[in-house]
Amino acid sequence: MMADSASTEEVAVIGNTDITSAESENNIINTMVERGTALLRKMEINVAEAEKRTGKNTVNMQETYTVYLIETRPAESVPEGGTPATPDTLWRRYSEFELLRMYLLVTYPYIIVPPLPEKRAEFVWHKLSADNLDPDFVERRRVGLENFLLRVASHPVLSNDKIFFLFLTEEKGWREEVLDTGFQDKVDSRLKSLSAMFRVKNPDKRFTALKQYSDELNTVISQLLRVRARVADRLYGVYKVHGNYGRVFSEWSAIEKEMGDGLQSAGHHMDTYAASIDDILEEEEHYADQLKEYLFYTDAVRSVCRKHELIQYELEMAVQDLAHKKQQKEELATGTVRVFSLKGMTSKLFGQESQEQRESRLAALDQSIQEGEETVMEKNTECKEFVRTAWEDIERFKEQKDKDLREALISYAIMQISMCKKTKGEDGSAATRTEPSI
Amino acid sequence: MSVGAPRGLASSGQKPIAEILHPLSAAEEPLSVTVNVGGDKEAGLTNGTPVDTSSPASASSLFNRLQLDDDLEADVRDLYASTETRDLFVTVDDPKKHVSTMETYITYRVSTKTTRIEFDLPEYCVRRRYQDFDWLRTKLEDSQPTHLIPPLPEKFVMKGVVDRFSEEFVETRMKALDKFLKRVADHPVLSFNPHLNAFLSAKDLNKRQGLALLTKVGESVKHVAGGYKLRARPAEFCAMGEYLDTFTQKLGTIDRIAQRILKEQSEYLTELREYGTVYSNWAASEDELQRPLEGVAGCVTTCCGALDEQSENMSQDFLPVLREYILYIESMKNVLRKRDQTQAEYEGRLEAAILRKQEDRTPMPVEVEKCQDKVECFNADLKADWERWQSNKRQDFKQLLTGMADKNINHYEKCQAAWESLITLLQDKQTEDKTSETN
Repeated sequence: MMADSASTEEVAVIGNTDITSAESENNIINTMVERGTALLRKMEINVAEAEKRTGKNTVNMQETYTVYLIETRPAESVPEGGTPATPDTLWRRYSEFELLRMYLLVTYPYIIVPPLPEKRAEFVWHKLSADNLDPDFVERRRVGLENFLLRVASHPVLSNDKIFFLFLTEEKGWREEVLDTGFQDKVDSRLKSLSAMFRVKNPDKRFTALKQYSDELNTVISQLLRVRARVADRLYGVYKVHGNYGRVFSEWSAIEKEMGDGLQSAGHHMDTYAASIDDILEEEEHYADQLKEYLFYTDAVRSVCRKHELIQYELEMAVQDLAHKKQQKEELATGTVRVFSLKGMTSKLFGQESQEQRESRLAALDQSIQEGEETVMEKNTECKEFVRTAWEDIERFKEQKDKDLREALISYAIMQISMCKKTKGEDGSAATRTEPSI
Repeated sequence: MSVGAPRGLASSGQKPIAEILHPLSAAEEPLSVTVNVGGDKEAGLTNGTPVDTSSPASASSLFNRLQLDDDLEADVRDLYASTETRDLFVTVDDPKKHVSTMETYITYRVSTKTTRIEFDLPEYCVRRRYQDFDWLRTKLEDSQPTHLIPPLPEKFVMKGVVDRFSEEFVETRMKALDKFLKRVADHPVLSFNPHLNAFLSAKDLNKRQGLALLTKVGESVKHVAGGYKLRARPAEFCAMGEYLDTFTQKLGTIDRIAQRILKEQSEYLTELREYGTVYSNWAASEDELQRPLEGVAGCVTTCCGALDEQSENMSQDFLPVLREYILYIESMKNVLRKRDQTQAEYEGRLEAAILRKQEDRTPMPVEVEKCQDKVECFNADLKADWERWQSNKRQDFKQLLTGMADKNINHYEKCQAAWESLITLLQDKQTEDKTSETN
């Protein structure tokens, strides 16, 4: 199982929404996360259904899209013989999920935000449809979206976000609420941090290592998914060719007397064998989805690292800037020129400035230095806070990743075992059936 | 067969023993045995056509066949018939490699135990190579053309593709040679062939001498005159021919499918190997997950090995048998053709003789009677051998198909075991972690 919102360790009270909405505006400092307890929605969340809709889009053209039904209800125990309370429901489409996620990414840049399921089917093996409206794809996406919501809802920081809560409870007007937060202004800054080519003088070793690990993980999971798709393709071929035996055994049995029954049943088994591959590969897709989630997670990890780099860089710039100003002041005060400056030269060349001028310049510099010192302090605090909160989330993520992937591997192994058993059953019964009748 | 009163019928083949009754003795008493003997529903012909018992000639052949059927029954009941009826036991084993300047080859030990008077000693032990078996089979085909001779394993193997000296190949071939020899030794007619005797007992099989010991039938059938057209092939032989045609076609299809499967499996195996490697690579960059991932890589590798073995089994055990039978069926169709020719000649001569008789009342020439003999013996031998062939074929294919099924099961059991041990490993770790967490 991936995320588990009903786990007993994580319980929250809905009534805290007022506090958390204020918190969500203060995106740098998250003070309410206590060690060991995560504030969570004490609610059940389901993405129950998917439906096709048609409507006019922003450029007034007809389009078909899928909407997903989100059900929520308080997670209280159901009384004996009673029925659970009817859930509250609303419909959301994929683009709204994307909007929510963008908001979270921008608002909590130090958090590894859970990823959404893929928009388009990738790493497909030939039979699986790459069509977004294909029912299997829609079904897997439904599961992926539910998983996303559960992950957010069980996150110690993100679960307290008001916009997230509204996403689950307010169908209309949610869009305005999100846009009202003004998060879109920060989108640019985020893009900058992701794409900028700046160099940090003293990179934080931990973050460097994390970024490297994240890149490696991304590469290896991509590779794994690609090869897995090829393996699936080939296995499909093997099974289907076995199906050809079915027909020829059947034809052969027609000309035999005593062997006829045995051959007929052997042929039938071949047909069943060949048909079994569809289910086998469909099940494996679930495993692929679990891997994909972590593939997409690496992007989130990477962006946290990059954000840190940006903050670090800004801090270094501020420090550098301050040092420069201090130096300027010293030169001005002592009249010595240590570093060549055009201004200094021109002032020397074009007449000494008056005492007044000098003093006003010193005062301006002092002011500037003071501001600079404040900036450095701010940046320093920002950086420290970022590192602290980010690293907390990173540790949490690492544990989650290890646990989830281990479970994914176990369920993959279980799947392989059941496939062996099932196929053996086919062959086993073929062997015992052909024996007496041939 | 409604012909004029047949007078003396020559005996068929060399005088074996009392096992085959002299046709004349059967002519005196009409037999009242039924077609089905001992509840074996296939004692009759393959197509279930009742045998015409009106003419003593066919009654004798019927009797012959029934005698053979008794033996056949024994075979069907018991893979190796009870020792009361058999007095010739042969085994092929102990392969050895011989290296000479000219060539390298394998010989097999052929051991014989017998109480038959045709053999000088009760026991023999000789070494023979494939060539010798091939010689024996050719000689049997030539000298017993009315009989179906059991198949040999394939003669030619692609030098680059198959290792002729690998243990598996030699083992497979040896088993097939053993089966061949046992079937010849169990055959009531073939086992008395002097070539077989020479093969089993001679110190040096001097093949160039070419033991010119063709049987009477052999001689006569060899010189079947061509140019006669067959009027009507008896239904049972038509059915045989049709059956063989369809059967060989199906075998060909199965062969093709099997080859395709091998190809697909090989491509699958290539991808699967890479798949395992990726897990190993991943393990290198993980801490907690290193062992689980290595474990998965190990399982995948095990599965690869198992699949490799399975593919080998298919090309070494399954395909050769199919091909053997295809060749065998070819030789059987030749025998059928010869039978047709023999019958055609008889009919032709008979017609000519009847015309002449009508003209000048000359008695039936001896040649015509000889031809009739030939046809009847041929038909009898063939029908008997057909049953034997069917039974052996059933045995062979049952063995083949259940063998393949067994190997498949083994394959999946291996894979399953690998994954199960991985789960144990992973779940142990889980409980380990849980207990350390709570501590």
